[in-house]
Amino acid sequence: MKRSTTEKWVTYGLLPALGILGVIGLWALASATVAPNLPSPLKTWETSKPYVLEPFQKRGELDQGILRFTWYSLGRVAKGYVIALLLGTPLGLVLGSSKLFASSFDPIIQILRPVSPLAWLPLGLVLFGKPEPAGTFTIAMCSMWPTVLNTALGVRSIPNDYVNVVKVLQLSKSRALFKVYIPAALPYMFTGFRLSLGIAWLVIVAAEMLTGAPGVGGFLWQEYNALIYEHIILCILTIGIVGYALDRLMMLVERRFKAATA
Amino acid sequence: MSFVELSGVSKSYGSGARGTEVLRDVNLTVERGEFVAVVGFSGAGKTTLLSMIAGLIAPDKGAISVAGKPVTGPGTDRGVVFQNYSLLPWLTARENVALGVGQAFPKATPEERADRVTRYLTLVGLAQAGGKRPSELSGGMRQRVAVARALAMDPEVLLLDEPLGALDALTRASLQNEIARIWQADRKTVLLITNDVEEAILLADRIIPLSHGPAATLGPAFAVDLERPRERRDLSRDPRFKAIRAELVAWLLASGKQRKPVREVVESIPAPRAVEASA
Repeated sequence: MKRSTTEKWVTYGLLPALGILGVIGLWALASATVAPNLPSPLKTWETSKPYVLEPFQKRGELDQGILRFTWYSLGRVAKGYVIALLLGTPLGLVLGSSKLFASSFDPIIQILRPVSPLAWLPLGLVLFGKPEPAGTFTIAMCSMWPTVLNTALGVRSIPNDYVNVVKVLQLSKSRALFKVYIPAALPYMFTGFRLSLGIAWLVIVAAEMLTGAPGVGGFLWQEYNALIYEHIILCILTIGIVGYALDRLMMLVERRFKAATA
Repeated sequence: MSFVELSGVSKSYGSGARGTEVLRDVNLTVERGEFVAVVGFSGAGKTTLLSMIAGLIAPDKGAISVAGKPVTGPGTDRGVVFQNYSLLPWLTARENVALGVGQAFPKATPEERADRVTRYLTLVGLAQAGGKRPSELSGGMRQRVAVARALAMDPEVLLLDEPLGALDALTRASLQNEIARIWQADRKTVLLITNDVEEAILLADRIIPLSHGPAATLGPAFAVDLERPRERRDLSRDPRFKAIRAELVAWLLASGKQRKPVREVVESIPAPRAVEASA
């Protein structure tokens, strides 16, 4: 027992800490030698201090604590993500259950899927006229595809046994959908939801940079223009940590659901 | 007209030179209230036969009717129990049984449906286990739930596709007794598909062997004129039991070889001795 807790501590505590320290060391070395424009770790910390130590402070429209900016960004992501799920899940269900539909729409989905958020945003601006709904549109358009494709895969992977049960019990369409097809496809769907959330969070930065909306991405771009490079690094770290936290959170929810349906 | 009737039914998978004919010219009748068993080798096409009666697959040739109506698809008049249970793992035993009841009795009140579910869970001896999920139940218990699910829909015919094939020998024996008991209480028309000759003799009124595939077909019916309830212990010493078993096994083995006229092959095999050794 004793040995295994030590091992755990080394694997999940000591080694990651060493890795992080190593990267910070390389970063310091690089800023001191080959990349003089790169702020050093120490300087980054000093300049970022007020934003990190008072994370919810609001000093002005474009001068707010980092978690306050994060909160704005998360709000936008939530809107776009919910729309992506509401559109993507039914689309995936139909795509998975109808061969006709799949043949008709699979090519167009494959074409739209790799389009960058930078390309969707101007179209959103044209369509909605205002930056806020254009950003939501962009997030939804970019993040719905993993949900669509994984839901469709989930429906296609439903074991034949369950399909036979639906047939011999003569289940109605809605009963079959909610009692059999969706529960059977749920593990796949959750994988899709998790990947979609990751993309939604990726897209927010681009959307805010282009629209100048207050948020992590907007702050990053503004500080670049203001030549405060330390804050670019602060934003990058924040985006990374929040993205990681979101992914972990979804994994926990996913595991819950899998345990409940298995 | 018989209650269940198959005439000239054939089925192939694939087409042309690469296709295989699974069943050729199958004729079968089951009377109302009768318990009929079809016995055959693994892979002979037993499940195909049952799936066609269930309406899950359509025959290439021939006609199938149940209660005078031609079979065009699945229906609540036929209850099916699959070999691999096919319970939905995210529903409790109770919910699995209720799934079919809700569909088969759309006009019943929720209380009536709940009563029905309870009644059939009790019939299969699982009144206490209704709240458990399939993963918490043993193989034998799962198959009981599947039987309850099929019976609770009050089908005209119960189709059992090797229902005990995945169980260990002891559980299998106890469930055979259980099925015999339920049938005595319920007197449904039953068609049992199995690869176990003794199981068929223990349960059925009439046994029909399915020849070795490809292009399998049904042999002559063997009537089982043993009194019920049949006790496994007494049965193994009963000369009638031994005779039926020997004849059936001989017919099946003969069908596995070239299709010689049956009687000739039966005489050429020292049947009883070989059977005793393998039993």
